[in-house]
Amino acid sequence: MKVFASFVRKEFKHIERDTRTLVILFAMPIILIVLFGFAITTEVKDIRYTVLDMSHDQYTQRLAERFAANRYFIYKGEVSNRQQAMAKFNHGDVDMVIVFGGNFAQELGHCTGGSIQLLLDGSEPNQAATRAGYAQQVIADFAQELQQSSATGQQCNIVPVTHLLYNPQAISAYNFVPGIIGLILMLVCCMMTAIAIVREKESGSMEVLLASPLKAMTIILAKLVPYFVISFADLVIILLLSRYMLGMPFAGNLPAFIGISLIYIIVCLSLGLMISCLCSSQLAAMLISLIMVIPCIYFSGMAFPIESMPTTFQHVSTVMPARWYVSVVRKLMVQGVAVKYVIEETLILAFSAAVLLSIALASFKKRL
Amino acid sequence: MKENYVIEAEGLTKKFGDFTATNHITFKVHEGEIFGFLGANGAGKTTAMRMLCGLSRPSEGRATVAGYDVYRQAEEVKKHIGYMSQKFSLYDDLTVAENLRLFGGIYGMKRKLINEKTDRLLAELGFTSKKNAMVKSLPLGWKQKLAFSLAIFHDPKIVFLDEPTGGVDPVTRRQFWELIYQASDRGITVFVTTHYMDEAEYCDRVSIMVDGCIKALDSPRNLKKQFGVDSMYDVFLTLARTAQRSSD
Repeated sequence: MKVFASFVRKEFKHIERDTRTLVILFAMPIILIVLFGFAITTEVKDIRYTVLDMSHDQYTQRLAERFAANRYFIYKGEVSNRQQAMAKFNHGDVDMVIVFGGNFAQELGHCTGGSIQLLLDGSEPNQAATRAGYAQQVIADFAQELQQSSATGQQCNIVPVTHLLYNPQAISAYNFVPGIIGLILMLVCCMMTAIAIVREKESGSMEVLLASPLKAMTIILAKLVPYFVISFADLVIILLLSRYMLGMPFAGNLPAFIGISLIYIIVCLSLGLMISCLCSSQLAAMLISLIMVIPCIYFSGMAFPIESMPTTFQHVSTVMPARWYVSVVRKLMVQGVAVKYVIEETLILAFSAAVLLSIALASFKKRL
Repeated sequence: MKENYVIEAEGLTKKFGDFTATNHITFKVHEGEIFGFLGANGAGKTTAMRMLCGLSRPSEGRATVAGYDVYRQAEEVKKHIGYMSQKFSLYDDLTVAENLRLFGGIYGMKRKLINEKTDRLLAELGFTSKKNAMVKSLPLGWKQKLAFSLAIFHDPKIVFLDEPTGGVDPVTRRQFWELIYQASDRGITVFVTTHYMDEAEYCDRVSIMVDGCIKALDSPRNLKKQFGVDSMYDVFLTLARTAQRSSD
């Protein structure tokens, strides 16, 4: 035990004296949170729109006013025909054109639904979808109000109603924080661990250590301890920042979240160990770790929604532990669902942890 | 007489697939001896040494080090040896004292003993002022002297030195060998591989490996007589010319 302690102390000293790495390890979560929280936002605001009203009745007027009053929309004047509308679009003056059909009022009266067309810039499909969603929300609210005010109480659908679950304001912080947690833990546990072990192989010190009475297992465990501590500290930093800086409440079961995070940390550490067995240079270890880290960005929904990926990639994403962990974080942290809804993910993670850890330890022993 | 041997290798062989790195080598090393282990690059020196240190398992044959079998009692072997590798000397980002404390700790030495020995050792080497200096700030020659002191810090029976003096000037090498003699005087057996033929002259006995086999083993003086040449350099050259393997 004393031998173990003196070895752990050495590992902490290595990290402590490598100021640059230390700064990266602790500054990275903070920078990412600040960047995504304030600078990089996938949240859609200031939708510039124009109206092409071919009906000019009281209903289209009222609906147009609704849009004008909404803080997400910026009115950019009216156009009188499609050519004008397209010209505004092509010049990039507007993001959306609302087109009211010729017989809007009559159609509304017959309850077949007034015809409205929303024209959006599809070159940014995610943004377009969000903008359409907002517009549909405004229209749906209007339709509902009409229905309530009409004496007959007839149903008046104008457009299909889409309602954004869980994140009605579409605050992008809710979307990226789970991804960042998955990413940071992967970086620290997987990449830093792999590099730390490979560094000893590269410098030849591993051989000296192995020629000593130290057990291989002791060396490895002692190496894992500091990164375990650091990744946990990072986890706490992210949680505190997202709570107090982004005002993102922790909706679900915190102990369960921490427990599942520990499983994910074991998965990452095992991956790091496996990489360190495969590589003999720090550079190679870093590159291979990136192969593990990049899916974290890809499949966490942090940058790209999984649903809009080709099916093949959706299948690929199922073998990435990060994907399951991020899903747990999203459910527990943002949606605040009961623990029983994350059992599937937890089991998958626990299974991967068991398999990866045994492979890592076995291959580590064999290599030496 | 048998107790006098601290290393005994018999038909020690290591194969990597079809390649036989070390081919049935047999030799014995006396207690307190300085044993030079010579050979060109790729002759199988390092492989043989790794087997003796319990780092690598022999494919065939057997060896005992400090009375323990290197195959079955590798852990016991490791407790009684010191090892200095050609690549690694010390942790660059730890201080001199921290390096000593770490390795003392690894061999289970008590804190008090470590501190005492650290002070004594640094005083002997004249390094006391560098006790808390980062190793990376020291010149290579100093690092190697420290690394050697570290390898024998826990008073092992045998110390294995794998090309310990690579890349340093002749004066520093001479100083390094003074340390080796001091250790030998204390009864520590020294097993050293080297490329430098002047260093081979300093050894009590040397073996010369060619293509995984030991082609000669005797005191430098006897070897020179046997091959009818004036220096170990010529002995080595005569044998190395017979090599089939390319030295990478």
